[in-house]
Amino acid sequence: MKLEFAVYRYNPDVDTKPYMKDYSLEVDEGTDMMVLDALLKLKELDPTLAFRRSCREGVCGSDGINMNGKNGLACITPVSTFKGKKIEIRPLPGMPVVRDLIVDLTQFYTQYEKIKPFLINDEKTPAREHLQSPEEREHLDGLYECIMCACCSTACPSFWWNPDKFIGPSGLLHAYRFLIDSRDTATEERLSGLDDAYSVFRCHGIMNCVDVCPKGLNPTKAIGHIKSMLLQRAV
Amino acid sequence: MVTNAASLGRSGVHDFILIRASAVVLACYTIFLVGFIACSSPLTYDAWHGLFSALPMKVFTILALVAVLVHAWIGIWQVLTDYVKCVSLRGVLQFVFVVAAFCYLAAGILIVWGV
Repeated sequence: MKLEFAVYRYNPDVDTKPYMKDYSLEVDEGTDMMVLDALLKLKELDPTLAFRRSCREGVCGSDGINMNGKNGLACITPVSTFKGKKIEIRPLPGMPVVRDLIVDLTQFYTQYEKIKPFLINDEKTPAREHLQSPEEREHLDGLYECIMCACCSTACPSFWWNPDKFIGPSGLLHAYRFLIDSRDTATEERLSGLDDAYSVFRCHGIMNCVDVCPKGLNPTKAIGHIKSMLLQRAV
Repeated sequence: MVTNAASLGRSGVHDFILIRASAVVLACYTIFLVGFIACSSPLTYDAWHGLFSALPMKVFTILALVAVLVHAWIGIWQVLTDYVKCVSLRGVLQFVFVVAAFCYLAAGILIVWGV
């Protein structure tokens, strides 16, 4: 069985502009593999091909790429998903390309930093730990699992157009994770930092983020909760 | 926090409320007009004139035109800030669209007042 690939190639030191390069792989009939495995085999054929990967099991979020128009993690996407069609592999959209499938995620992390992704608690430090009931802990489910692969934010047109002002679905999922955390006491401060026309309200709920999240999370729902909190605070 | 001066609302929440409240008014106005047209078959000039002669309809129409102004102002600002990155061009376009929306409002008030 022959697998056909078209891979985005761009090395700014050598190429004047990006181009798509065709590759093919011979694999045993009836077998399957992850796209990352295929990329590793392609790299054996062409060592100049550059991409990020680390854990190879959907935990580190390093190998977010765009496969046939949809963002996802190469390491947990089987090639059989594409039903024998040619697989077009591109870098995550909207981000500056460093080389081939490697993008510069500085803007993504800058937005993440803005939401202060750490617990803020101005109460007296407890002797051992800040206790949380099982019910309070449940609020964090569906939020803390984000691995920061950037698949969601780079699938979001609002983030493409305003990456310097709109926090993006991933950052806002994390923002809600801290807003809803019973141990965090900076709710007002956090909401004040988000109460402008861009940071949260540039989300128009098109749900591309939900569609592509490799962990099955729902940033749109979290953003809706943040909007409700901002609304309740304002009226 | 990102600040802005060109949108209508004072903050993201203010824009959010204004755009939804104006959408509710426009939806009600559209449903009412479609319902009136559907229920007044055949629709005569007298029926149409009678509808717009009534004070509540005049107020409702002016309210809908104000809602168009508010909705268009915020909506156009959002679209322009997404797609037009040249600030001076965006400012000119925003000005043109807002002036057009004000013209609709002024013309609408004069027309409704004249019925």
